[in-house]
Amino acid sequence: MSSELPGASELVIGGIITKPGNSLEYKTGDWRVLKPVIDQEKCVRCRLCWIYCPDAAIIEVEEEYTNKKGRKYKISYKVNYDYCKGCGICAEECPVNAIEMVPEYEKKR
Amino acid sequence: MASLGIVKEVKRPKPLSTNSAIAYATKDLDVDVVSAYPITPQTTVVEKIADFIANGELDAEMIHVESEHSALSAAIGAAATGARTFTATASQGLALMHEILHIASGMRTPIVMSVAMRALSAPISIWNDHSDVMNARDSSWIIYFVSSAQEAYDTIIQAFKLAEDSEILLPVMVSYDGYVMSHTIEPVITEERDDVLKFAPKRPFSYRLDPDKPVTMGPIADPNWFYEIKYQQVIAMEKALVKAREIDEEFKKTFGRGYGIYECFMCDDAEALIVAKTSYATTLKTILPRMWEKGYKVGLLRLRLYRPFPVEDFKNILDKVNAILVIDRAISYGAPLQGPLAMEFSSLISREDLNLNLTSVVAGIGQRRMIDSDFENLVKLAWESRTKKFDKTIFYGVRT
Ligand code: SF4
Ligand code: SF4
Repeated sequence: MSSELPGASELVIGGIITKPGNSLEYKTGDWRVLKPVIDQEKCVRCRLCWIYCPDAAIIEVEEEYTNKKGRKYKISYKVNYDYCKGCGICAEECPVNAIEMVPEYEKKR
Repeated sequence: MASLGIVKEVKRPKPLSTNSAIAYATKDLDVDVVSAYPITPQTTVVEKIADFIANGELDAEMIHVESEHSALSAAIGAAATGARTFTATASQGLALMHEILHIASGMRTPIVMSVAMRALSAPISIWNDHSDVMNARDSSWIIYFVSSAQEAYDTIIQAFKLAEDSEILLPVMVSYDGYVMSHTIEPVITEERDDVLKFAPKRPFSYRLDPDKPVTMGPIADPNWFYEIKYQQVIAMEKALVKAREIDEEFKKTFGRGYGIYECFMCDDAEALIVAKTSYATTLKTILPRMWEKGYKVGLLRLRLYRPFPVEDFKNILDKVNAILVIDRAISYGAPLQGPLAMEFSSLISREDLNLNLTSVVAGIGQRRMIDSDFENLVKLAWESRTKKFDKTIFYGVRT
């Protein structure tokens, strides 16, 4: 990988970043070992995971969902896996245990 | 009034300690920010600068901080905005700065710092040796050792020109002997501010903190990026070797005083050389002529620019002699040779396949007295080392 990246003579000195807002280009998602998976059926749309996520990796989307009991939600919560680093805070904070942390790579039995 | 023709004013020297000479240099360079810890181990450098500011002779911001760690941190912030920034320290102060030394060079902030070199505790010593700067030699700062108050004044001016050069952008340390030089008064010629600023115009750091053009300085660099950014410092150091020489030559043309990046005194026809720096070099200069009369053909290689190390020049000089004796004023405990400078010369000799004997001498630790007769002994030892090999570092003057 490193051979495709610019060399010392092509880089701005001192690691100075001249383009503001470029942290979007830094995908922290590849740090993850466990990934959060939200069970839309259990989720009560309380927004706590959205509040607690330190990487703003929980996204609120306008996607309707009707659960088996017939309750209709106008929004849903999803995970942006490009930036979710798998810390598990969302799963810890979810009051109804709707988030499960599952291994990125399942061991083959 | 009718002009009677231009009378060129003769420059009269001022009686200045090296500390004061450095303060004058910062005034004549019109520095913008001085950030310093104001009490011991601070020297009178910043006291004199404070006088200049209070008298209205220098329009600069003096930042008093609670530690040298903060002094250099504040200097980095100031330099990052493009300000011409100076700080000064000594001994424990330099040691306390150590973490920030690497940040200043890594962020490429062109700070100039004077260091009145002193021993490091414990036991507590307020006296002179070179332990402080030798401990900081791998921090990617350009390092000068100067031998007189005049050279200190001149080198601070050269240092700002070098540090602020857009090809270099590394911080510079100008170091000299604590007490022996810092508090000793010598004649010093100072220059007019206009002339100094013409020689070393302020060239603000090309990338700087500016709300109109925002940048991020000192970010995290993961393993894909860190190595290249450190390698840029390697290249900048290499360029500094060429640039420092050019700047000194230009300085000589402008002000009539030049030093080169090292000095070879009585080197022609010498069979052995002593490598020394700062005040020891000055003392040796007074001794060598009379030692030659007695038949000791020993020259002096005075170290002035230490980082970057003038490898090629030294190689050519060493090639012509049978022996060198390297005086170290710091100890590298447990090292193959306990004289850190001797080790560097040793590696140069073996790398270049040079055929000469090297003798490592540690002397003047904690300002242990070294007078003429001691230097005569070292000259004799250097002479003897042409035909005799001393494998171990000699701790001159210690009671065993
Ligand atoms: S695991 Fe951590 S980073 Fe990922 S969505 Fe949950 S709280 Fe955010
Ligand atoms: S914390 Fe749990 S219940 Fe609340 S929105 Fe997030 S996933 Fe749904």
